[in-house]
Amino acid sequence: MTARTMFDKVWSAHEVVAETRDTPAVLYIDLHLTHEVTTPQAFSMLRAEGLRVRRPDRTLATLDHSTPTRTDQVFGTAPIKLDAAAKQVRQLEQNTAEFGIELYGMRDARRGIVHVIGPEQGATQPGMTIVCGDSHTSTHGAFGALAFGIGSTEVGHVFATQCLLQRKPKTFAVNVDGRLPAGVTAKDLILAIIGKIGVSGGTGYVLEYRGPAITALSMEERMTVCNMSIEAGARAGMIAPDEVTFAYLAGRPRSPKAKDWDDAVRAWRALASDPGAAFDAAVDIDASSLEPMITYGTNPGMVLPLGGAIPANTGNAVFDKALAYMGFHSGERMLGKPIDVVFVGSCTNGRIEDLQAAARILRGRKIAPGVQMLIVPGSQEVKRLAEALGLADIFKAAGADWRESGCSMCLGMNGDTVAAGAYAVSTSNRNFEGRQGVGARTLLASPYTAAASAVTGRISDPREML
Amino acid sequence: MEPIRQIHSQTVVMPSTNIDTDQIIPARFLTTTTKAGLGKSLFADWRYREDGAPKPEFVLNQPAAAGSRILVAGHNFGCGSSREHAPWALLDYGFRAVISTAIADIFGNNALKNGLLPVVVDAPTHRWLLDHPGAEVTIDLESARLSLPNGTVATFAIEAFARHCLMSGLDELGFLRSKLPEIAAYEAAHRK
Repeated sequence: MTARTMFDKVWSAHEVVAETRDTPAVLYIDLHLTHEVTTPQAFSMLRAEGLRVRRPDRTLATLDHSTPTRTDQVFGTAPIKLDAAAKQVRQLEQNTAEFGIELYGMRDARRGIVHVIGPEQGATQPGMTIVCGDSHTSTHGAFGALAFGIGSTEVGHVFATQCLLQRKPKTFAVNVDGRLPAGVTAKDLILAIIGKIGVSGGTGYVLEYRGPAITALSMEERMTVCNMSIEAGARAGMIAPDEVTFAYLAGRPRSPKAKDWDDAVRAWRALASDPGAAFDAAVDIDASSLEPMITYGTNPGMVLPLGGAIPANTGNAVFDKALAYMGFHSGERMLGKPIDVVFVGSCTNGRIEDLQAAARILRGRKIAPGVQMLIVPGSQEVKRLAEALGLADIFKAAGADWRESGCSMCLGMNGDTVAAGAYAVSTSNRNFEGRQGVGARTLLASPYTAAASAVTGRISDPREML
Repeated sequence: MEPIRQIHSQTVVMPSTNIDTDQIIPARFLTTTTKAGLGKSLFADWRYREDGAPKPEFVLNQPAAAGSRILVAGHNFGCGSSREHAPWALLDYGFRAVISTAIADIFGNNALKNGLLPVVVDAPTHRWLLDHPGAEVTIDLESARLSLPNGTVATFAIEAFARHCLMSGLDELGFLRSKLPEIAAYEAAHRK
């Protein structure tokens, strides 16, 4: 038998009908994650066609995108400030009740960002196909699942049939050798990878991150890496499941139990790409040579090592437009630039290890006068843990604003925004124009770099504070 | 959906590369619960000043853009978020096709499901289109060809089944639902 990639194994195990020249494959979906923003039109379609959700037991809903993070609004002592967001929240409550889908609702201790709660609850498992109406669904690939974002029409398709029509993508091996140096994180690694292959370098591919630097990562770090696969244009990124994966999943509420667990682990061990499996493309990265990274432009590929200088334009009209938007010039150094806002959170860096990293810097320190720092846990469970571990006290003592979970300042649609012209060091995933608010200027970085910059009020190297 | 065979129109050119879906429609407009009326928010932050007045220098606010159904955009159009609001907004505004040298995967899929044609052409054809804003071009879906007024005819790749659905005005869900017996058999065989 020919050597197969992990992607090939997961794909072929879910082909209900194989693709032909004339028709795409009918691909079975094991887990459908849903939220308030990309489902209303899909539920309307079901209603208009008189259809039901075929497998509510394979569907899970949460509130995150337009959901406020202020405690009084989440717990109902104050109205949700944005009327349209309040309407979306109510609609998801009504729609999930009508169609029999489990919802982690506003006051549910299991609520959180959709890509944080799937793994946290053990709903995300190796070998699964997982979709969600959100491009950062690639996060779940950290478990060796084939996970990708879809649009609302496809959300409707999965509701009605538990399947999607899909053409088989190509495979791309991202070989990461060496080991990340101290103070250099999974976020820096994925930013460096995107800088190397470009924001459309992964288009049409499923990435597989491989090599010693990847297997050395914790589960949460692996999620950070897979999360940003889409920022390289790839719909999905995968990492082979191993002991780290199994240890993470053991005992989670939705993980298999007893004999089912043993059977599952046996099957999961067989998922890794076979030795000698061929990929359609490949790139090699040496983790040992990496430094903390920061973006300087308006897409995640416009990124450089923290100590570097903004490059010269090599004849790209958009480059000048991006720098004009950011208020930067070629040749300038990023270190030492003043900043206004720091955001720690999102599906990229809103997990407990990310908050522990921020706390390591903030412990016994204060954020600089004039800097606003927002720390938003990725889920209510992350919030509970952070409070139990004393992290929240460190954040509050440092002068940061500690909130309820949600997508928050990653995208300006829930009341948490960055003002026009302001510079925000953000642990999120997109530095697009206006992403965090009209005219906002986003600098993507790791939780370490974000926290260090909050302390000094300038872009700072966290390695000097660790 | 209306069947699509040919699109004939003058073009509007937005040469920027990597136009992401946050530019096509910013997240603050995603709190809607319908598909209707998103055209007015298309490219909102490039199109309007803070007070809501149109920015005269933006291409869609120029008289020459009126009535155009084909957008020519820089490399990697539609990257970023999976929001289907992006093709909904482009369609509601009046566009029926987007031409580029690369179109992001999720955006391209979403576009096809709504009758917005993602047309990926070779670099020389793209260069010519960028250099000739307002050119009258024809996209023929059956032959998958783009005809330029200078006589050049370029072919483009389009997924066979999506093309079939677009040309006959079929909804892909109908096909998927016709496979329900196979889906049930798969679930039984795989204990799902």
